[in-house]
Amino acid sequence: MEKSRKAIVLQSSPYLVWSILFIIVPLFMVLYYGLTDAEGNFTLANIAAIAQPEQAKAFGLALALALAATAICFLLAYPLAMILARGRAGERGLVTTLFLLPMWMNFLLRTFAWMTILEDGGVLNGILTSLGLPAAHIINTSGAIIIGMVYNFLPFMILPLYNALASIDENVINAARDLGATAAQTFFRVILPLSVPGILSGITMVFIPSLTTFAISTLLGGSKILLIGNIIEQEFTLSYDWNLGSGLSLVLMVFVIINIVISGITDRKEEAHR
Amino acid sequence: MKKELIRLDHVSKSYDGQMILDDLSLVIHENEFVTLLGPSGCGKTTTLRIIGGFEKPDSGKVIFDGEDITDLAPNKRQLNTVFQKYALFTHMDVADNIAFGLKIKNKPQSYIDDKIRYALKLVNLEGFENRMPESLSGGQQQRIAIARAIVNEPKVLLLDEPLGALDLKMRQDMQYELIRLKNELGITFIYVTHDQEEALTMSDHIIVMNQGYIQQEGSPEDIYNEPENAFVADFIGDSNLMRATFLRDGMVRILDTDFPCVDKGFGDMKPVDVVIRPEDVELVPRGEGQMPGTVSHVIFKGVHYELEVMAGGFEWLVHTTKYFEVGTEVDIRVDPFNIQVMNRPASEDEEAISPEDEPSAIQA
Repeated sequence: MEKSRKAIVLQSSPYLVWSILFIIVPLFMVLYYGLTDAEGNFTLANIAAIAQPEQAKAFGLALALALAATAICFLLAYPLAMILARGRAGERGLVTTLFLLPMWMNFLLRTFAWMTILEDGGVLNGILTSLGLPAAHIINTSGAIIIGMVYNFLPFMILPLYNALASIDENVINAARDLGATAAQTFFRVILPLSVPGILSGITMVFIPSLTTFAISTLLGGSKILLIGNIIEQEFTLSYDWNLGSGLSLVLMVFVIINIVISGITDRKEEAHR
Repeated sequence: MKKELIRLDHVSKSYDGQMILDDLSLVIHENEFVTLLGPSGCGKTTTLRIIGGFEKPDSGKVIFDGEDITDLAPNKRQLNTVFQKYALFTHMDVADNIAFGLKIKNKPQSYIDDKIRYALKLVNLEGFENRMPESLSGGQQQRIAIARAIVNEPKVLLLDEPLGALDLKMRQDMQYELIRLKNELGITFIYVTHDQEEALTMSDHIIVMNQGYIQQEGSPEDIYNEPENAFVADFIGDSNLMRATFLRDGMVRILDTDFPCVDKGFGDMKPVDVVIRPEDVELVPRGEGQMPGTVSHVIFKGVHYELEVMAGGFEWLVHTTKYFEVGTEVDIRVDPFNIQVMNRPASEDEEAISPEDEPSAIQA
């Protein structure tokens, strides 16, 4: 018994070392910096800074854009996940390949590609003008950032939705039809409610990276649009104010934790049902 | 004669070039307990799904109560299905599950409440309204699935191996429950199973299927006592299935011994299959029977002993209430009316024993 316990500790030691070095220690460093000032004295000022106009605006905008991106991802991903979960094998393979193909490219490269597409003299406007349509100014707007978020995070919405939908027994859907439900009634009364766990984890997987991103907003938003992620990044890389950067990070982390807790509770409920 | 309710008219269905049902026609009457019986892949579930509307036949028609419903969506059909693994809505409690069909039809709440109470009483689960499906046992879930179907007052209840996932004791209890339910509701049950005992216990009418064809249909007694071919004989119950030669009317040669039988009209010196049920084989003292043999195995089965007797180069399966020591020298005797003579199947599809097989005891 004792020996097997030792063996377990031994086997998991690389993972333990890894998580202590790269997860636990950095978290405590963020916590330490966030709750102290430059002289090392305890303060809540770094956290309260979120209420200052510049930070509050960046935070509000980040929330709004993340929400919009999450909503768009959901609307795009749900029908796709349905096709994947219910479609024939041939359809499934094609759709999966189409969506995974870009994922093998580097994240920054993909986002750079969107820059050249959305630029004022870019690919999209080239097409629009050649069709005789007015050119659109998209780059460096909130719209461009949302496009970037949706494009990069869509697969993280599709996957949990697909898992949830694929786990619904075909006969449960047949049963709803058998009991007189139309296709639409079957969807809203059976399929949608049964896919709620997938919806929640999909939302978490898209909302959190969207809320915290700075790369997408830097590349597609120019320097004009600052999200909370950009502010934090600048505190670390430009102003070298690690205390303020950490304080703002803690505020973001609270949102992340709330989100995870909510989906954790529903997961456990689901587990209990099973 | 009972009124005809469902007719399948020359229905064919294939998947990816593989024929599942080949020109199948059958008639189901009102207020009958009909069982589609056969091994997996015989087309019984596909037949049920075509009646339920979950599959469309490639050709042929489905007639329900005189109307062609071949292209009608499942939600428009006056029948309900009980699925193999219950297929309850896990996000709703028992009451909401049962009320599902009634709410879709916009029935008043008081009517729905009455129906829920009635259905739960019928399946002996009173007071279970607010339980979640996953907190119930398999048998209880299956009862809820039945309750959910019957509150819609279907003319036909389709049951797709509904007892398949239950343990033996529960399965036997549910068999009686289903017979009772069918009698109380007075509707037609179409039941799919691969379990011959289930079929014999519950059915008014059994349709034995194999490889997309109907092998035989009739009452349980007909199917058991007078199987029409080797497949049916082999599939239903234990049997001694042998190749034989029909010498002339009333005489068949089995394992080089001539046995009198009651069958007529198979021709003279024609190859046939014969089946003799193990309980119809009599063991008598040496010299008093038709064929000498030696007891080679004895197993106690509770109600009877199951013996294997080596006689004429064939291992006979024998059920007897009398104990015989292994090695006992006996004679086998079979009454003429207990020998069932069957035509040797012409097509390979219907073949149950392949030509290479030497005659041997086949136990279903």
